[in-house]
Amino acid sequence: MKRFEKVTARVAVLDRADVDTDQIIPKQFLKRIERTGYGEFLFFDWAKDPGFELHRPQFAGARILLTGRNFGCGSSREHAAWALQDAGYDAVIAPSFGDIFRTNSLKIGLLPVALPAAEIRVLMEVANDGGEMTIDLEALELIAPDRPRIPFQLDAFERERLLGGLDDIALTLRRDPEITAYEAAHPARVATISL
Amino acid sequence: MRTSKTLFERIWESHLVAHPDGEPALLYVDLHLVHEVTSPQAFEGLRLASRRVRRPELTLATMDHNVPTTEGPVDDPLARQQLDALRDNCAAFGVPLFATGSGREGIVHVIGPELGLTQPGMTIVCGDSHTSTHGAFGALAFGIGTSEVEHVLATQTLPQSPPRTMRVVFEGDPPEGVSAKDLILAAIGEAGVAGGVGHVVEYAGRVIEQLSMENRMTICNMSIEWGARAGMVAPDDTTFAYLEGRAGAPRGRAWERALDEWRALPTDAGARFDQEVVVDVSALAPQVTWGTNPAMVAPLDGSVPDPADYDDPDQRAAVERALTYMGLDPGTPIGEISVDRVFIGSCTNSRIEDLRSAAAIIAGRRIHPRVRALVVPGSASVKRQAEEEGLDRIFAAAGFEWRRAGCSMCLGMNPDILQAGERCASTSNRNFEGRQGAGGRTHLVSPTVAAATALAGHFVHPQELEPVA
Ligand code: SF4
Repeated sequence: MKRFEKVTARVAVLDRADVDTDQIIPKQFLKRIERTGYGEFLFFDWAKDPGFELHRPQFAGARILLTGRNFGCGSSREHAAWALQDAGYDAVIAPSFGDIFRTNSLKIGLLPVALPAAEIRVLMEVANDGGEMTIDLEALELIAPDRPRIPFQLDAFERERLLGGLDDIALTLRRDPEITAYEAAHPARVATISL
Repeated sequence: MRTSKTLFERIWESHLVAHPDGEPALLYVDLHLVHEVTSPQAFEGLRLASRRVRRPELTLATMDHNVPTTEGPVDDPLARQQLDALRDNCAAFGVPLFATGSGREGIVHVIGPELGLTQPGMTIVCGDSHTSTHGAFGALAFGIGTSEVEHVLATQTLPQSPPRTMRVVFEGDPPEGVSAKDLILAAIGEAGVAGGVGHVVEYAGRVIEQLSMENRMTICNMSIEWGARAGMVAPDDTTFAYLEGRAGAPRGRAWERALDEWRALPTDAGARFDQEVVVDVSALAPQVTWGTNPAMVAPLDGSVPDPADYDDPDQRAAVERALTYMGLDPGTPIGEISVDRVFIGSCTNSRIEDLRSAAAIIAGRRIHPRVRALVVPGSASVKRQAEEEGLDRIFAAAGFEWRRAGCSMCLGMNPDILQAGERCASTSNRNFEGRQGAGGRTHLVSPTVAAATALAGHFVHPQELEPVA
């Protein structure tokens, strides 16, 4: 997993609510069997419009995406998080996220930051004027120009995992004795192999 | 100490492998369903780390998302590569596979239940957001991403933080012609697409108790459309009658033991939920979505809303954008919207009862000359049964195309897609922009409304069709 460090970068604004994963990466790009190379297809259908928000010159090279509530709702496709990361984003800031998208992002080291909607409104204005912001995961703070530091929350375990770039599976395999004990005490409920 | 428990709490507690301080709970997974689209990178991850699949016998793979539904080979080289990858991965890691053409394949959420693998009290996961479908049996079932697929393959467990719980009680008798699809669309319309985020939802009340298993699956299927982590229904005699005798269900003594266990699962009378919602369905009409998410929905006898009626500027902007995309004018009566395509299928509405209810409406009639209509059974087994009952001939005689099983036009990863600007009445679960093809316009409806709409060429209540001559 990609290790998350402090990021200081330009912030792109996508002021839309309920952006679903079908918009983030449409289905025709889910046929690939690789984990990389999705960035160029990010927001594929919307990006065809020359007036699409993210084409604005002040957003070029942005590594933080600032957007509306319920970002990443819909399908479980991790390709959505891969596409954002592959396109250069390290973090997404929104009032709320689709559950599966949020989990997928945390798994790959793309940081979802939830902030109150009113706070995001103000930040959108700041970002629309260009300029950089900093996300400090260690301190759990967002630093925007001419604004007081904005604290955000993240589960302590997730924070450690992101800071260390720790592999989730390796962490769970430390529990192998417990898993084995659980299996010994609970016989399988189904047997797909005998169907 | 609180002793009353919810169905969810019982399943959660009985699947806890470990819950170390300061870490998420580790939940055991009873059944892991796999398909071609969200698994290749997970198997690749296992390979790179020299890991194996811990419990292949608790894992089942099928091909559904990008398979063509016409006879013949897979023309699309990328789709073929992905199907081949699944075949190779399953062979290499010992995972059972119901491949296309085996006669056992189908949409992953249709085959789990029909095989009797989906059972009360289980934890079930799949790299697909509509895994919530399996909750209809009183299982805790939810969709996961590819990293989690890899995690489950390697460890048969998942780290999870505890969700909140919600109960949705449907009250009142739904009027004639109102289906399970209408109940859930109406509930989503009320709660909004984020109304369920972070929650496991139990659907309850007499309306739910009286529904068949297939209709309960339709309701649980769409839980994710209002953001819920999972949806579930308490197991009861309807559940047990559905399961008894199915290939994957326990038999003999084991069946009796299972029944005892399952009967003890339902939520206790005094148990508490973090949220309770009541939906009155006594005056409900069939529902039709007019926008670009499932909460943008109106009764069939209603009309397209006016953005000016929304006070919240964000909502107004979203409605405006949706109407532009959908090519609809505010105030247009839903019944006056005409369609080009009709799709009956998807894990929401492609089971045998769905096909029967649609066939009952079109029997002896012809679809509107402008309309191109498609029926895609949810599984090879549903297809066989429908053919035994002669439903395929009813559909064909009416002008529907009768296809092989798969996800098909639900997401248009295969060649079944809408052209830009085409308008479709669809029994699927998502009307997102471009979901059924770039520029395509999707209206979600029940199977009976889809069938009636195919005949009339515009949205219509089945009861308003001219009688068959
Ligand atoms: S039918 Fe549609 S919603 Fe269901 S699994 Fe297939 S693509 Fe997903």
